[in-house]
Amino acid sequence: MLEIKGLKVKLEEEDKQILKGVDLKVEAGKVHAIMGPNGSGKSTLSYVLSGKSGYEVTGGSATLEGDDLLDMEPEERAAAGLFLAFQYPVEIPGVGNMTFLRTAVNSQRKARGEEEMSATDFLKEIRAKAKDLKINAEMLKRPVNVGFSGGEKKRNEVLQMAMLAPKMCVLDETDSGLDVDAMKLVAEGVNALRDEGRGFLVITHYQRLLDHIKPDVVHIMANGRIVKTGGPELAIEVENNGYADILAEVA
Amino acid sequence: MNALLKSKQEAAASRLDGVQAPTDAGWSTHAREDALARVRSTGLPSRRDEYWKFTRPDRLTAAEGSEAALFLHEEAPVFGDHDRLKIVFVDGVFSAERSDDLTLEGLEISRLADASDISWAAELYGKLETSGQTPVERPLAALNTALATDGVLIRAFETPSKPVSLIYVHEDTHSDAILHHVIKVEAGASLTLLENGPAAARFNKCLEVDIADSAEFHHVRAQGRDHERCAVTHLFARLGEESTFKSFTLTVNGVLTRNEVVIDLTGDNAFAHVAGAALGDGDFVHDDTVFVTHDAVNCESRQVFKKVLRNGATGVFQGKILVKAGAQKTDGYQKSQSLMLDGDSQFLAKPELEIYADDVACSHGSTSGAIDEDALFYLRARGIPKTVAIDFMTLAFLAEAVEEIDNQALADEINGRLEGWLTRRSAS
Ligand SMILES: Nc1ncnc2c1ncn2[C@@H]1O[C@H](COP(=O)(O)OP(=O)(O)O)[C@@H](O)[C@H]1O
Ligand SMILES: [Mg+2]
Repeated sequence: MLEIKGLKVKLEEEDKQILKGVDLKVEAGKVHAIMGPNGSGKSTLSYVLSGKSGYEVTGGSATLEGDDLLDMEPEERAAAGLFLAFQYPVEIPGVGNMTFLRTAVNSQRKARGEEEMSATDFLKEIRAKAKDLKINAEMLKRPVNVGFSGGEKKRNEVLQMAMLAPKMCVLDETDSGLDVDAMKLVAEGVNALRDEGRGFLVITHYQRLLDHIKPDVVHIMANGRIVKTGGPELAIEVENNGYADILAEVA
Repeated sequence: MNALLKSKQEAAASRLDGVQAPTDAGWSTHAREDALARVRSTGLPSRRDEYWKFTRPDRLTAAEGSEAALFLHEEAPVFGDHDRLKIVFVDGVFSAERSDDLTLEGLEISRLADASDISWAAELYGKLETSGQTPVERPLAALNTALATDGVLIRAFETPSKPVSLIYVHEDTHSDAILHHVIKVEAGASLTLLENGPAAARFNKCLEVDIADSAEFHHVRAQGRDHERCAVTHLFARLGEESTFKSFTLTVNGVLTRNEVVIDLTGDNAFAHVAGAALGDGDFVHDDTVFVTHDAVNCESRQVFKKVLRNGATGVFQGKILVKAGAQKTDGYQKSQSLMLDGDSQFLAKPELEIYADDVACSHGSTSGAIDEDALFYLRARGIPKTVAIDFMTLAFLAEAVEEIDNQALADEINGRLEGWLTRRSAS
């Protein structure tokens, strides 16, 4: 599904290398988790995959089902099936949530040469999905993320993911700022999307999200590299001992 | 006499040379003569006037107007779907054939050019314009009062069933039109005025609106899209007690537009909102100059002006709130913002507050910025193409001004025009 090879990334404006050779392969149907201390480059990886400007790829590759992601515009990557749940979802005053999401769904369909979703079908689907995530009609009417609490923003990300039905989901700290109930809702939303044809890359700082979204593979990222890969037990190890031991071990 | 005043007076003399003020103007003759005397003494605006430091007045003051090609397009006419009483001017001349019958229940409507002795209009013609000359001179408005060849006089003594729609058709590439309208909304009545169209190659328009106690005046205007046209417009409004004034202007294209709005809140608990959305691409100078005077207790005024600029377009905003002594509990708000779609355009703003009362809440903010890159990326990351995402954000930026239009159908009409402009830009 998603294959990253030797990915090296620096900041465009500064001479600062952030990713120093990342190798990662997420197979369809699998959930991979990336854990790591703050500043290790997890968000940068998610941004570079989705095409945010400000970064320069200095080496390596990233492909989605064999197609070169790094060569595409952000909207093309989305249409190709990549989705990023943002660590900090952006507030967009004046742009209604519904209009935004419907335009997103239909832009992707159009780009893939599929038929657009009718207004009625869209409404039906979004209402059902919003209900599962406890997003009420009033929130749907508001401008994108404006006036949403931290938890509401994260649920809104999962709603978008559910509506867009991407092939490859990258979730960047979707658990941060959530209380236990909200985290359960979000995890249920994600689990409902788990599917043989879909890959997940779940970035998290804490193990607790992984209690709800059971990963198949856990990677530890530090200082711009994946330093250790293992099974779910690796997350437990981090939870119990912190990163220090692992980092010392690989140093 | 100083040199600046001398040159301004010479400009006035040259502008007036050979121009015949309407001779048999009857009841308006006196007001016209006064106005003419004012223009001769103040002279015409100069680049060196503080009030014109951002916008060159030359085209507006020149003895001869310049040529403006017609903008031919096949779009549905603005406000075309709305039930309204149409009053059409072609290059500044009233057209009876194209206009509706000038009768509507609740209104008294006449043409300035053929109105015989109309006492209510005789009292008002040039009156608000005259008082609007202090503390800042507005010579082009005085020039208008003196020379206007046509216009409408509307008295609303009751609330009519539909809006009055002034349509300004431009057909002659050299036309130079001066229109002056006077509107009186009597106590308790409500009138909606629509205006649209380029009007002429050069257009000088003055609108005086007297809003009596508990009366309402709603105004939505879409200035015409001819690229080479230039226009100066003045809107003078006086508000009585508990009255409402709401005005919105959409400006797309036009090489030069100066819209002055002068509002006097003279009765307590009155409410005046004035808003504008301007879209400029290339050879475009748009100037909103607003002067709001609070001279009564517990009034609210709000100015919301938004400009989208690209390819070297220029946006200007000069907005002032003057709170006179005794105008307690004033709530004055002023916002002017520009969205720069590239690095070539400029926005010049001068917000001013002058306050002589102590119990007031006044605020102003002026900002100029580019498209928010984080928001743009967020939209694109969801699959929305860049051009569509920029259009979204542009409409979102303008929304606050458009929301000042109370009537939803009219607001939708304006939004439709905005989308049209954006679509044409994205395609080009
Ligand atoms: N746009 C940027 N400007 C400056 N520094 C950046 C930028 N993006 C990332 N960094 C730096 O790169 C490093 C990795 O950041 P990030 O990817 O956000 O880490 P993580 O998500 O693992 O906490 C940090 O040192 C961060 O300060
Ligand atoms: Mg991060």
